[in-house]
Amino acid sequence: MVVPRGGQSSGQCPVDKEHPFAGAQAQRLPPAMHCLRLALGLGFCLLLGITLCSLWMYVENWLLVSYIPYYLPCPEIFNMKLQYEEEPSQPVAQSQYPQPKLLEQKPTELLTLTPWLAPIVSEGTFNAELLHHIYQPLNLTIGLTAFAVGNRYTRFVQHFLESAERFFMQGYRVHYYIFTHDPQAIPQVPLGPGRRLSVIPVPGPSQWEEASMRRMEAISVHIAKRAHREVDYLFCLDVDMAFRNPWGPETLGDLVAAIHPDYFTVPRHQFPYERRPVSTAFVADGEGDFYYGRAVFGGRVARVYEFTRGCHMGILADKANGIMAACQEESHLNRRFLSHKPSKVLSPEYLWDDRKPQPPSLKLIRFSTLNKDTARLRS
Amino acid sequence: MADKMLSQQGLTPQEWMDRDFWGNRTKSCLCLILLFAVLLGFYSNVFSLIPRRQTEKSQSPEAHHVQGRRESLTLSEGDGHLDSCRIPEVPRLLYPKAQLLKPLRVDVLVMTPWFAPVVWDGTFDSALLDVQFRNTTIGLTVFAIKKYVVFLRLFLETAEKYFMVGHKVIYYVFTDRPADVPQIALQDGRQVVVLHVGNYRRWQDISMHRMEMISNFSRRRFLREVDYLVCLYVDMKFSDHVGVEILAPLFGTLHPGFYAADRQSFTYERRPLSRAYIPRDEGDFYYAGGFFGGSVPEVYRLTTACHQAMTADQAQGIEAVWHDESHLNRYLLSHKPSKVLSPEYLWDEQMLQRPPLLRKLRYVAVPMNHTEIRSR
Repeated sequence: MVVPRGGQSSGQCPVDKEHPFAGAQAQRLPPAMHCLRLALGLGFCLLLGITLCSLWMYVENWLLVSYIPYYLPCPEIFNMKLQYEEEPSQPVAQSQYPQPKLLEQKPTELLTLTPWLAPIVSEGTFNAELLHHIYQPLNLTIGLTAFAVGNRYTRFVQHFLESAERFFMQGYRVHYYIFTHDPQAIPQVPLGPGRRLSVIPVPGPSQWEEASMRRMEAISVHIAKRAHREVDYLFCLDVDMAFRNPWGPETLGDLVAAIHPDYFTVPRHQFPYERRPVSTAFVADGEGDFYYGRAVFGGRVARVYEFTRGCHMGILADKANGIMAACQEESHLNRRFLSHKPSKVLSPEYLWDDRKPQPPSLKLIRFSTLNKDTARLRS
Repeated sequence: MADKMLSQQGLTPQEWMDRDFWGNRTKSCLCLILLFAVLLGFYSNVFSLIPRRQTEKSQSPEAHHVQGRRESLTLSEGDGHLDSCRIPEVPRLLYPKAQLLKPLRVDVLVMTPWFAPVVWDGTFDSALLDVQFRNTTIGLTVFAIKKYVVFLRLFLETAEKYFMVGHKVIYYVFTDRPADVPQIALQDGRQVVVLHVGNYRRWQDISMHRMEMISNFSRRRFLREVDYLVCLYVDMKFSDHVGVEILAPLFGTLHPGFYAADRQSFTYERRPLSRAYIPRDEGDFYYAGGFFGGSVPEVYRLTTACHQAMTADQAQGIEAVWHDESHLNRYLLSHKPSKVLSPEYLWDEQMLQRPPLLRKLRYVAVPMNHTEIRSR
C-alpha cells in the first residue's frame, strides 16, 4: 500500500504529507512540525494570492480595452495636460491694446455674464487680438467633429469644410473628424498648414432619429480611443451648416454650449424641454437657464468626454424604459447642461438660423444653417 | 515510520486513508482556505488601489445625473487653469431665469476682454454658486505682525459673519506674537491656525515678505489643506457678504483709488531697472495688494514669482514704489486673472467718496493711525 509520504499526489494540502493521522494523533506531534506546516501553508497562500492578483490585473487591463465605451475611466493624462504648465515660462506677450474701460456703457445689448459667472460670448465682449496673444503660444490643437451619416448629409461636407478652412480657428492646429457611413463620399478639400482631416467610419443609419441618438456614443468612444491624444479642445458641430465669419479662441473653454437661435427671447416655460418625469431628460416647469442647441457644443476634451458619456447614459436609460425624448438628443443635452452648467456660453451668433431675420443685438453671425435649397443646387 | 504508526493504530491502510482524509486533513484544509481568503482579500485591496484610482473619477458620470456626488471646482474662462476632471454637478434648484436681452449692470464693465468676470453686486446668483462650490475649503491668510495684532479681533469677528458663510474656512494667522491672537467663537467647519513667523524692522519689509511666507507655506501646508487661498490685509473689516463668487483659479481686486483712472496714471513701478516695471502704454487695471488669491497652485506661482522679483530688485539695490503691490500688478499683467473683483471688495470710506455704482461695501478699511502702528 502506498502511504502518502513526501510528494503528495493531489498537491493541495501539503501539510498532510507530514501528518497522515487522525486529529487526535496530530496533537501528539511536536510543535515544530505544526509551525512548519502552518508556515508552508502561509507561504503557499501568499504565492497563490500574488499569482491571482497579477492575473486579475492583467485580465482587468485587457478587459478595459474591449469595453471602452462603458468602462474607460477618465484618463489620468487629462490632469497632466494642463494649460498653466506652460504659462510660468511663457507669460502673455506684450501687446498693444486699449485699456478696458470700467465705467463705459457696453456696446452690446446682450447679457455678457450668466448668473454663475460664465461669460456669454458675442461680438464686442472680447478683444480678439488679446485672446490670440494668450492662446497662440500654448500650441493648442483643436478638434472638430461633424457627422455626415446618411446620403443627404454627405453633400454638406464640402461646403462645411471649405468654410471651416476660411473661418475656423485660423492660426491654430486643427483636426477635423468626419464621421460617415460612406468614406468614399467625403470630398478632398484642400487644407491649410497644420490642419488635418480624419474620416471615421460609422454604421449607416436605419432612420434619422437612430443616427442622431448615437452621436453622443460615437463621440465619447472616439475621444476614448483617439481624440484625447490628438487634440486639446474639441467642438462637436452639425454638418449641415457653414461658417460665415471668424470663429476663434474666444470660444475655447472648459465646457462650452451655444444658445439655440429659436429660443433666446422665449421664457423658460416655453422651452421644448422633455416634460415627462419618467425620462432622464426631464426638466420641471420652473427650471432652466437657456435652451442650448445640439448643433454646437464643445470644450476641453476631458469635459466633452464626460458630457457625452453622461448624455449617452441618459439616452440608454430612456431606451431601456422604452421612451424617446421630445427633441431626442437635444433634450438630453439640455438636461445635462442644466446640472453641469457650461463654463462658457456662446450667443446665437455662433449658432444661427439664416431663415430668421438678424436682430440688432447680434452683431456678427459666425456659424449658421446652410440654406438647404442652395445645397441641393450645388450637388 | 508511517508503517509503524499504522500498525500502532491497528488500522488497515484503507481505513486509515479514509479516516485521515476526512479528519485532520479537513481541519487543516479549512484553516488554510480561511487564511487564503483573508490574504486574497488583503491583497486585492492593496493591488486594486492602483487601477481604482483611475476609475474613481469616472464613476460620477456613471451614476445618474440626478444623483449628486463630491464635486470639484468650477472654473471660469480665459485661462485654462485646470484643477481636476469635472464640472461640478448642480442639483435641482429654483431661481429666476437669466434674461439674455437684459444685461444686469449697464453702468459698469462686467467682463474683461479676456473673459474674466468683473464681480459686481447683481451679476451673480449666490445660491447657485454656493451649490457649485459646496465641497470647497477656503484658506484665508492674514498677517498680524507686531502691533497689527490689535486688528485681529474685529477682522475675525466680521469674517465669521460675512466671509464664506456656510463653507469650510481655515484662517491662517501669521504673527510674531501668537499669545496675542484673540480667541474668537467660530462657526462649524471653521478653524484658526496660528503660524509663528519672524518680524522685520520696516513695515515695507513686512509687507514684502508676505509673499515669501505665503509661498513657503503654500507648498508645505496649504496645498494639502485647502482648495483656494485668499490673501488679505489685516487692518480691514468685513461689512457685507463676501462669498464663493470671488473664487477662481486666479483673482485680483481693483484698487479703489484707480478704478476710473487711465493706465498712464496708475502708480505702477515706472523705472525700467526694476522687475516690476510696466511701461506707460501698458496695463489693464491697478490691482490692490490687499485682496488677491486663487487656487493654491496659482497663488503659489504668483507669490513665488513676486518674491523672486523682489529679491532680484533687492540685489540691484532698488525697491518698487509700492513694494509688493507693484510686483503683484506686474504679475497680473502677464498672467491675466480669471476673475476681477470690483472695488466693492476693497474700499476705504475715509479716503474716498462712495459712488452710486457701488451698491455694497463688503471689505473696508478700519481707521487707524499709521505712524503709531507702524513704529512699534
